[in-house]
Amino acid sequence: MPLKKTFKGGVHPPEQKNWTEKKKIKEVKAPETVIIPLQQHIGSPNKPLVEKKDTVKMGQVIGKSSKFVSAVCHASVSGTVTAVEKRPHPLGINVLSVVIENDGNDTWQEKPKKDNNYMKLSNDIMKQRIQEAGLAGMGGAAFPSHVKLSPPDDKSIDCVILNGVECEPFLTADHRLMLENTDEILAGLNIIMKILDVSKAIIGIEKNKPDAIKKMGKRTAKMDAVSVLPLKVKYPQGAEKQLIKAATGREVPSGGLPMDVGCLVHNVGTTLAVYEAVSSKKPLIERVVTVTGPGVKKPGNVKVRIGTPFQHIIDSCGGYKKNAAKIINGGPMMGISQITDEVPVIKGTSGILVLDEKTAQLHKEKPCIACARCVDICPMQLVPSHIASYIEYKDVDKAQKTGLLDCMECGSCSYICPSKRNLVQYIKLGKMIWNEKQQAK
Amino acid sequence: MERKFYISSAPHITDSDSIPKIMYSVIGALIPAGIAGIYFFGWQAFWVIAIAVITAVLTEGIIQFLLKRPLSIGNGSAILTGLLLAYNVPAEVPFWLPAVGAFVGIAVGKMSFGGLGYNPLNPALVGRAFLTASWPVYMTVFQTAPRGGTLSGIDLSNIDAITEATPLNIFESAREILLHKSQFTDKVPDAMQALSQLYSSYSNLFIGKIGGCIGETSALLLLIGGFYLMYRRIIGWKIPTTFIVTVGLLTWIFGGTDGLFTGDPIFHILSGGLILGAFFMATDMVTTPITFKGRFIFGVGCGILTTVIRLWGGYPEGVSYSILLMNLTTPLLDRYTKPKKFGGK
Repeated sequence: MPLKKTFKGGVHPPEQKNWTEKKKIKEVKAPETVIIPLQQHIGSPNKPLVEKKDTVKMGQVIGKSSKFVSAVCHASVSGTVTAVEKRPHPLGINVLSVVIENDGNDTWQEKPKKDNNYMKLSNDIMKQRIQEAGLAGMGGAAFPSHVKLSPPDDKSIDCVILNGVECEPFLTADHRLMLENTDEILAGLNIIMKILDVSKAIIGIEKNKPDAIKKMGKRTAKMDAVSVLPLKVKYPQGAEKQLIKAATGREVPSGGLPMDVGCLVHNVGTTLAVYEAVSSKKPLIERVVTVTGPGVKKPGNVKVRIGTPFQHIIDSCGGYKKNAAKIINGGPMMGISQITDEVPVIKGTSGILVLDEKTAQLHKEKPCIACARCVDICPMQLVPSHIASYIEYKDVDKAQKTGLLDCMECGSCSYICPSKRNLVQYIKLGKMIWNEKQQAK
Repeated sequence: MERKFYISSAPHITDSDSIPKIMYSVIGALIPAGIAGIYFFGWQAFWVIAIAVITAVLTEGIIQFLLKRPLSIGNGSAILTGLLLAYNVPAEVPFWLPAVGAFVGIAVGKMSFGGLGYNPLNPALVGRAFLTASWPVYMTVFQTAPRGGTLSGIDLSNIDAITEATPLNIFESAREILLHKSQFTDKVPDAMQALSQLYSSYSNLFIGKIGGCIGETSALLLLIGGFYLMYRRIIGWKIPTTFIVTVGLLTWIFGGTDGLFTGDPIFHILSGGLILGAFFMATDMVTTPITFKGRFIFGVGCGILTTVIRLWGGYPEGVSYSILLMNLTTPLLDRYTKPKKFGGK
């Protein structure tokens, strides 16, 4: 039986990739001040290892946690710590951050140096390097990479999936990386395959990136274990569970993890960082960000230091257009709108989207007319309108029974709703209430 | 200078479709059939449509004004209710009748439940049911022959036993005679002739050159509108298809006069209000199920009820009542036909 190379449901928002997909990655000069939040990942927050007035070097560890599920933070510039305090974080909260005044010298603590025999390193050393480099998933969720690469013994993994789907409209950072750093990404994939002892890898790329599919296809032509899989252009094709379904036909059970079906998904940006961490011990202190949207003068793909304030990056892209009205960390479907452009780029920041007055227009909510579009398109096959209604009427238990916790908040239902109901917002609220209730128990 | 930014929860973009867009598309899809109604039945049909639409809009507007609710008559849903109600009454009714129907449909069928989105029953059909129950003669006796044709779409001049009426009425009386041949021995040949003529008059049924309610006669134009809505993805294929196929199958099996499997499904599909009902009323978003299986069952249920009413019930036509009855099952269908969630057992 031929596999269906996609998943059930999904929406087709305008792709909007043409703003930046042809723009080469440009390095942005490090700012005068970086703000490095001590929590940029899912898991235990880091404790600061530096104090005000301390001098730090580039790549120096400045935040660490004693827990395994965590990712260390490094100074992304050399200079002086001017504050260790709560600062606005792109996830919409205030987080303890280390503020460093850049001395402009980029003095490394330990300059990354390529080790040509890195493939001969033991798995434990590889994982240790990944952990020390502070890697966390760069597609957005920012789950610590060394944890992902240490599955429990009772789970056997037979397939690594490289996520080059980039289904969020506007974003092109992964696309550019696949074109400009093809070999490094494939080397990173090799490291991941070695660590997990897996002999099969699939690179999933949406069909709207034919150049990346072609290039990846050429470079992997002689690699028997690796295949490139062009995928239907449909949001959220890049969501972990939907990508696994499309690539392997396997369905991650409700409440389960990809490893429950023998799969592991890594974003291409993370994979590149894995290569750099293992081959040359380079810490994660910079990343590629797509700066785009109708509110910014010169959209492009830029490489910036972690901790660079949004404003500095937007200024380097020509600045705001007059009618800029909304600034988003990430893409338009799942990204988070910002109250200020002083927030820094973190490990999970794949894009900075600036909308103008027209595109940022908020819509008034109308009553549900039971058109069933949210039911038809829900990639998790839930009934979003019912879940949202239960939460509206404060019945979180019923919402939970209807699948509240299965929702991944992809935003497809809110996008498609002709009544402009904020379905995902209700669901997020419901999850918060649910978590509070669980904690109270 | 510090900039101020909009803040909202993701997603930050939405589809361009909206309630008004959907409603006006449905209205647009209904217009060709309305023009056919006016062409076949004359200007009186136009006035019935106009009165029903204006009453529906005014009723909704006045109620919202009195209740100090935001005015929503611009979204097209009241216009659509008025239009559907008018399409469901004969052209020669007195002008107060569509006004009463539209008023009841909107006031009782829709606004009393809280307006658009909260009504359990299709408002236009509530209005129609009210009119049929209150003034059955106006609603079921058709007098206006279509321009250039006859009420029945066939030539009954040599047939004495059957009086001129709409195709479904003729079908009912002829079938009655043929099912009880011993009682009406002298009428049997006439009834057989009438039936065979009916079964060979598809083209009039298809174009709409027959008697009937204003908007339901032209299967062709209704189908064009229906397919347009399917193409725009405003209506799905499930309810219309299952509804029509069920009626076709059941009338083929049980609708004949010489035992099982002798009925004429095409006659039943093309006559009466089936096409209008299946594409434009059984697909009303608010009052029909939202789940895949639910919609399937809804369509089949409508088909079964329509056939039962047509073949064994007191009315020659059962589309409206079947949809109303199935509307009542919608919450239950939704509850028991939840889709299997991704990764669920």
